[in-house]
Amino acid sequence: MSTRSVGDRVQRKEDPRLVSGQGHYLDDLSQHALAAAFVRSPHAHARITDIDVSGALDVQGVVAVWTWEDLDQTHEAAGQPLPMLIPHPSITAPFTAYALAKETVHHVGEAVAMVVATDRYLAEDAAQRVRVEYEVLPAVVGVETARAAEHLVHEGAPGNVGAYFEQELGEPGPRIDAAPHVLELDLDIQRSASMPLEGKGVAARWDPELRMLRMHSSTQTATGLRAAVAAKLGLSLSQVEVIVPDVGGGFGVKINHPWPEEICVAAAALRMQTEIKWVEDRREHFISSAHERQMLQHVRVGFDDDGVILGMEADVWHDHGAYLPYGVIVPLNTVTHIPGPYRLKNFRVSFTSLYTTTVIVTPYRGAGRPQAAFLMERTMDAIAAELGLDRTAVRSANFIQPQEFPWDIGMLLQDGRLGIYDSGDFPASLDKLKALIGWEEFEAYREQARAEGRQVGIGLGCYVEGTGAGPYEGAHIEVETSGRINVATGLTTQGQGHQTVFAQIVADELGVPLDDVHVTTGDTRAMAYSVGTWGSRGAVMSGNAMLLTARKLKERALRIAADALEANPDDLEIVDGIISVRGAPEATIPLRTVAVLANPLRYAFDESAKAATQFGGKADETKPPIPEEDRPGLEETQFFSPVRTTFANGMHAAIVETDPQTAEITVLRYAVVHDCGPMLNPMIVEGQVYGGVAQGIGGALYEKMEYDADGQLLNASFMDFLMPFSTEVPHIETDHLETPSPLNPLGIKGAGEAGTIPVAAAIASAISDAEGFAVTRMPISPSDLWHLRASRRTDRTDRTDRTDQTDQTEES
Amino acid sequence: MATQRVRIRRSTPPFNPSEAPEEPEELLEITLRVNGTEHDLEVPGRRLLSDALRHDLGLTGTHVGCEHGVCGACTVLVDGRPSRSCLMFAATAQGHEITTVEGLARPDGTLGPVQQAFVECHGLQCGFCTPGFLTTITAYLEENPDPTQEEAREAIAGNLCRCTGYQNIVRSVCRAAELRREGEQQ
Repeated sequence: MSTRSVGDRVQRKEDPRLVSGQGHYLDDLSQHALAAAFVRSPHAHARITDIDVSGALDVQGVVAVWTWEDLDQTHEAAGQPLPMLIPHPSITAPFTAYALAKETVHHVGEAVAMVVATDRYLAEDAAQRVRVEYEVLPAVVGVETARAAEHLVHEGAPGNVGAYFEQELGEPGPRIDAAPHVLELDLDIQRSASMPLEGKGVAARWDPELRMLRMHSSTQTATGLRAAVAAKLGLSLSQVEVIVPDVGGGFGVKINHPWPEEICVAAAALRMQTEIKWVEDRREHFISSAHERQMLQHVRVGFDDDGVILGMEADVWHDHGAYLPYGVIVPLNTVTHIPGPYRLKNFRVSFTSLYTTTVIVTPYRGAGRPQAAFLMERTMDAIAAELGLDRTAVRSANFIQPQEFPWDIGMLLQDGRLGIYDSGDFPASLDKLKALIGWEEFEAYREQARAEGRQVGIGLGCYVEGTGAGPYEGAHIEVETSGRINVATGLTTQGQGHQTVFAQIVADELGVPLDDVHVTTGDTRAMAYSVGTWGSRGAVMSGNAMLLTARKLKERALRIAADALEANPDDLEIVDGIISVRGAPEATIPLRTVAVLANPLRYAFDESAKAATQFGGKADETKPPIPEEDRPGLEETQFFSPVRTTFANGMHAAIVETDPQTAEITVLRYAVVHDCGPMLNPMIVEGQVYGGVAQGIGGALYEKMEYDADGQLLNASFMDFLMPFSTEVPHIETDHLETPSPLNPLGIKGAGEAGTIPVAAAIASAISDAEGFAVTRMPISPSDLWHLRASRRTDRTDRTDRTDQTDQTEES
Repeated sequence: MATQRVRIRRSTPPFNPSEAPEEPEELLEITLRVNGTEHDLEVPGRRLLSDALRHDLGLTGTHVGCEHGVCGACTVLVDGRPSRSCLMFAATAQGHEITTVEGLARPDGTLGPVQQAFVECHGLQCGFCTPGFLTTITAYLEENPDPTQEEAREAIAGNLCRCTGYQNIVRSVCRAAELRREGEQQ
């Protein structure tokens, strides 16, 4: 029997190449291409009055300098604003950027001109010599400024509002008013960013003889980019190929497309009939890619003496930056994920998505859900504090119970489909988490620490995550006559181990050795139908497509083999690539030979082909060489398109220490219980969790885009924008619960973003527990905490003879 | 709209470089010794070692993540010591022995102990920062062949990874130390 690999900790097939320096990332390709560099706006908001490129053209090696007119002259569509990729009914003012600014710039870093030269150094020299004159306009920075709308980012967006969405379930207002207890909270989350180690990049080559554009891009969607570029340049889809090489991390930022640079580079390659490459530098990534997370939140909640929520209202104000190319996925995810694992039947929620003169927002790992978990979990903690109850007890009192699945949250998700939880067991997850972190033993530990002069706290955060959203992904599997099995799916890969897990699925289903299976991702030549890699969907979508395709291929292989072996297909099995009759091991035929039989040939170009020619074996003279309704070759394509999204879930707990003097915050322990259904490769799932938690810790304690009031990003470098190094990330303890999803044949739910979602909530909970007051703003630095302590001391002195009316608190 | 655009000269191809008015940049003739092989090349004085390795010599295993010396993806060994190749000019590397990730394999071409440990311990995801970790850890294990977990964590604290959360990289350091010792015993 062939060894099954699904479920095993299989080492990754991609690794030997990547640890040897043999990876092929974008900048490793097209070494002889011309290099592009961009002239970017130094102002957050300004009108362009003049561009003088003459100085740039004097630089040796410069080939061209482009402004907006050059795009417009290349093709009318290239001179139009970039597409609004995901229109949503809530969007009232859809503004997107031009690939090169036309008349106005709306954030520092917006591309104004492009220089193409024989060398990147020269292109950058020349870019510095492009003179742009601006008439500076007022900047609009941050949610509060945008909301005040003293100045508008776009004239056509009154109040700076890009989108407004509201949804009401049941009758929240009256239920809150009638509740025994009512609390209101104001919460605040700052800007962060995906910040992959490899920035964006694109190389485009126009082949004048074939009239074809070949693009490589460090993108999360090959097919989306292909369609967008074809539309912008007036090419037929068949004239554009997009190939995604190894991608050095994405975390969401590389799902947006087409980026201005992708259009500019492709358009210039087309016009100049040559090959051009642009590779983003780190500063460019900070000021011209995308950020996420910034949101102000207000909650009003009514609950009973046990902490059971009777009604809740949540309003969030989201800063989406200067343009809205990716729509409102982030705030939409936030509002639809607020219910989390809890029964929330009387609920009103709204988001207001606002324009600011800062870098655009597109999804960053978690994509709006960390903000949702922060809102809901801070609310749970506030309820517990108000009632003097254990924080886990309040959560338990509100959990959806295992027998209540499927659970309809009553809202449409980001994919426009119903949000219905498919599976999970929240009480069991919480039990596991409490055991893993030692929840019950913590008070003893706290006392012990206190005796040593140390201040510690424990916290937790729960979440659910809509994963594996459609509409579809596909797989193509082809068996070569050598026995090599080529597998392709259209979604891209950026470190999730797709080449391994998809091979595991195919190898198991076909009954072939794992080493025989070779996976291609993100190449429109190999699979032209695809959506992309985002939203924890890779394994669910392409994984199930792999399974369905392998099943179909196996059925066909066994049918052909049955003819050759004069056996019944139902009696056949494939083990290690050999098809045999069960119980009659002498009657066998290798799968690779079936591939020969599946393709009757005229020409004998090698030994296996010789066997497939018309003189290669016995022929049934009564039938054509290829039976009716059949076709040559041993290959199949199938698609998986789910009726709705799956829901993974999890719970995190943290123990932190806060220094009484310096307010230094240290995460002492971190525990994760995670339920993504059956794990295809636990090693890879855990790796995703570890990485996610590290990014979550960044979001909780370090990562913050510091804009000044003029819209200048003050910390646009790795020196100044802090991300966790190894010394900032604790050892992460994990446990798993596997509740299978009924929505797909593998029963799996996505795992990519799970690690990140509740981290800020769990750490805020732990810091609040250590300090004795509620932390409501993330990230929180030692100096933030120090100031919070100081302001609370002042506050206490101030209100000794006053009634506190404003403070939302969970002091016990 | 009073937008005025002035472009004195446009030069989409056909383009004749000889018409370019500015003097071409002065080139230096240097020899770089990389992974035991000497390469003669002509580079401008300002050419970064990272760019010379990647683009002039085609050794693209060394990656560039930030170009200001923080992330460590471009780390190579210069005379056995980890150095940021994005903060060094190619010309200044002349006369030194440079080792890149391509040079970490065993003489028979199989993976070196640090590389092997990363594969075994899932010490990488996207793999972009990995060459910098591999070179850093290779040098570290020369100094400390038997690190504790805490020492291992400290040893990699100069390199940024955005994917793995470091846990498996720490394991990889300890596993690599084991593999090195096993290799010595054989």
